Amino acid sequence: MTDNAEATNPETVTIEVDGRELEVPKGSMLIEATDNADIHVPRFCYHRKLSVVANCRMCLVDVEKAPKPLPACATPVAEGMKVRTRSERALKAQKGVMEFLLINHPLDCPICDQGGECELQDLALGYGRGVSRFTERKRAVEDEDLGPLISTEMTRCIHCTRCVRFLEEVAGTRELAALNRGEHTEIGTYVGAGVHSEMSGNIIDLCPVGALTSKPYRFSARSWEMLSHPSVSAHDCVGSNLQIHHVRGAIKRIVPRDNESVNECWIADRDRFAYEGVYSGERLQAPMVRDDSGAWQETDWETALEVAGEHLKGVVTREGGDALGTLVGPTATIEEMYLAGRLTRGLGSANIDARLREADFSDQDRSGTFPALGIELEALDGVEAALLVGSEPRWDQPIVNHRLRKAALQGGAIMSLNYRAQDLNYPLAAERVAAPADMVAEFAAVAAALLETATGRQAPEGLDDLLAGAQVGEAHRAMAARLRDNARTAVLLGQGVQAHPRGAVLRMLGTLVADLSDSRFGILTDGPNQAGAWLAGAVPHRDAGGQPASQPGLDARAMTEAPRQGYLVLGAEPERDCWDGAAAEAALRQAASVVCLTAFVTDAMREYAQVLLPVGTFGETAGTYVSAEGRWQSFPGVAQPVGEARPAWKVLRVLGNVLELDGFEYDAPDAITDELAERCREETPSARVEWLAPGREAAAEDGLYRVGLVPIYGGDALVRRAPALQRTRHATEQGVRISAATAQQQGLADADRVQVQQGGHSTVLPLIIDDALADGAVWVPAGLTATAGLGPMFGPVALARA
Amino acid sequence: MNEQRLSERVLTQEQRKQIDHWLSKFPQEGKRSALIPALHIAQDGNGGYLTNELMDAVAEYIGIEPTWAYEAATFYSMFDTQPVGRHKVNICTNIACMLMGSDDIVAHCEKRLGIKLGETTADNRITLKIEEECLAGCAFGPMMVVDGHYHTQLTPEKVDEILDNLE
Repeated sequence: MTDNAEATNPETVTIEVDGRELEVPKGSMLIEATDNADIHVPRFCYHRKLSVVANCRMCLVDVEKAPKPLPACATPVAEGMKVRTRSERALKAQKGVMEFLLINHPLDCPICDQGGECELQDLALGYGRGVSRFTERKRAVEDEDLGPLISTEMTRCIHCTRCVRFLEEVAGTRELAALNRGEHTEIGTYVGAGVHSEMSGNIIDLCPVGALTSKPYRFSARSWEMLSHPSVSAHDCVGSNLQIHHVRGAIKRIVPRDNESVNECWIADRDRFAYEGVYSGERLQAPMVRDDSGAWQETDWETALEVAGEHLKGVVTREGGDALGTLVGPTATIEEMYLAGRLTRGLGSANIDARLREADFSDQDRSGTFPALGIELEALDGVEAALLVGSEPRWDQPIVNHRLRKAALQGGAIMSLNYRAQDLNYPLAAERVAAPADMVAEFAAVAAALLETATGRQAPEGLDDLLAGAQVGEAHRAMAARLRDNARTAVLLGQGVQAHPRGAVLRMLGTLVADLSDSRFGILTDGPNQAGAWLAGAVPHRDAGGQPASQPGLDARAMTEAPRQGYLVLGAEPERDCWDGAAAEAALRQAASVVCLTAFVTDAMREYAQVLLPVGTFGETAGTYVSAEGRWQSFPGVAQPVGEARPAWKVLRVLGNVLELDGFEYDAPDAITDELAERCREETPSARVEWLAPGREAAAEDGLYRVGLVPIYGGDALVRRAPALQRTRHATEQGVRISAATAQQQGLADADRVQVQQGGHSTVLPLIIDDALADGAVWVPAGLTATAGLGPMFGPVALARA
Repeated sequence: MNEQRLSERVLTQEQRKQIDHWLSKFPQEGKRSALIPALHIAQDGNGGYLTNELMDAVAEYIGIEPTWAYEAATFYSMFDTQPVGRHKVNICTNIACMLMGSDDIVAHCEKRLGIKLGETTADNRITLKIEEECLAGCAFGPMMVVDGHYHTQLTPEKVDEILDNLE
């Protein structure tokens, strides 16, 4: 609001508030002026990110010459306006409003979850009467079940409608309504549909009273006994800023920390509720080693580290350095990655990779510094056109989707080229749905469409091979035109490109399309720290600092397809986190030595590992994530690690010492961060992949083909163990999805469950007919318990009636 | 899956044509303005009340979120979301009518029909609506609206005659 006013009309007006002269932008509301000047005006319904409704009346102020007190949130400033926020008239008006608000509100703060951090409680103390004069009956409202994340106590609702407006204006899902009227007004869904937005938890923060509270947190702590520390989300490449609230080291809840350039004041439900996994029953409590009979024994850290050292040393001594492989999970910090990289290389191996969900590494030496977003998150709000390729940001990076939605609502043309039709909360300007085998040709057709109008540009060598006979159609030309004819444009690739067997060609095409249309080019990467992995040396082709490695090692896929004798696994569950879970599990099972630094222990891990070392999770470990933007964000270790767990950087440091490697003497994680930062000073982020004429691929065989992307609550070990998130519709409605035509062709039109077969592995899942999918594509999510141990995320698959 | 749109299944072609008429009166970004007439059309075709399915169908047809329809239908007393009798009787009880004796008229109706405000006679003939707002007949109170028709300067005898003539 203010921004618009300033942009279109730079003039300001001078007003006087409580005797202070303020210079404020013309057209802004009084409450914005007072907020900016740190003059507090009480309010419930006003929120700077939401539309103004002026329905709570709490912000009444005394404006000179106005016959009545005026609501500051809906009163535009005017030259010479004289405002008093604390005059007798203003205070009387505020007191009167407060008395009305409390008529139906219960006065039982001690038993309310919001007690102690309640805006109504605070303002009642500051602006209300000491005693209630209301002796009549208060109304009661029946509670509605909004789902596993949000608790309701609707009798406490004061009808500010922030939740309704948030869901409509920000989340883009108008799931709540203000029903009935007058004294009977209730906030609800009317039909009991629940609230399912992937950003729904923000209404807990927005609710000024105890009507909407966090279900997992409810009644587990009081605001005044908690300490609050800053942190960063560990679940996507946005790096949303958080505050961790904890009681004596036990995490109680997560709330957003304002950062206009990253997450504004919102966070996704995944950022908010994944912490529950920290206290999962599957946490590894103490270091474990196998005894002589092979049975698991708990032991002390010293013994466990000795044994781990012997295993790792033993492998490289017996078989040579190349026999060791290090797999780094999605949520590792750069400090952990840096130490793991140095440890692995110190042992004579260059086989380390954090790109567990990628399939095609053939462009790694031609790539930029790291797979970067290529555009500031804030600039996404204002793109005039953006092409998403193999990317579903609504589920993968909800904050990115929120920003793209803002762009779309301002008329920006968001376009998608994907394996299925997008399920979005804003309209797309253009959409193509392509089976995995057609993806390259489809994207090449967009590049070819751009070349049709680019004067003086020759088609790069081999583009015809990528087109593989496909014709440039109107849809491709329309996409090309939007990118070409607008100034602020972006081409963004997602996990559907990263996991595609021809990901390198798709990235190269992305670079070409961006070049031809003068667009920004970027990748929405997996996990919170893929950029960090490239900078910290947790990739086989780059040393710490992002310098090309003199002796490149094996990538993640090669390490599982050509099994090693020893593995160091850092914060990963390879059977679920690797591109080919089946191959990863098989490789680990045949290895002589597997040392896992892990927060959680699984049955599979107990079978393949020789040493299990418990490490800290999100919140328990200090560290740094580098977001896709290239933003380094450090956070402290706040929570007390569960059981005997220790931060992984400490474990790696001691392991480095046990192995008698040089340079593992650090007292604090910032010493590691500083050392690495020093080595990364020269690097500027870029995801560009230079053109290299591709060969013609053999035509894909006909048949069913798996698209195995990771669903919103399946991305890492923590979120998979967060019970409330796992009870949401997003997690429970997972199954095999195929189009009606594919189902018909396979004779599965009436099947409820199907057996999915990939290689020698199979699992049974519910079948969902979903015409959003391209024909022939079989949507089998990765990262789930049910699909752990299946084959590649992208690859031939067979379905049979179960 | 839903092969047919809900609105095409639940609303008749004639009803959809009527809604189109209202939609044509508003610009695309203001199409929500057609909601109230559309809800009336749906309600009139369903014995005087709206079901959840009808509200969903209207919202789908107009192209708005269903919660908008629920809000409008529960806000305005001219919409019913529970089954009603064949005739709706709305007695104004707002201040002007109250001063002219509307309380007596309400008491008389309740006694004669054997139901309270908000209830429907057992034979499903008449629903006595709870009227919240002034019905804009202040000069001629007490007054009531029966199936959209105004009856003013009511007396118990006049009320009896009106009620007795309802089928």
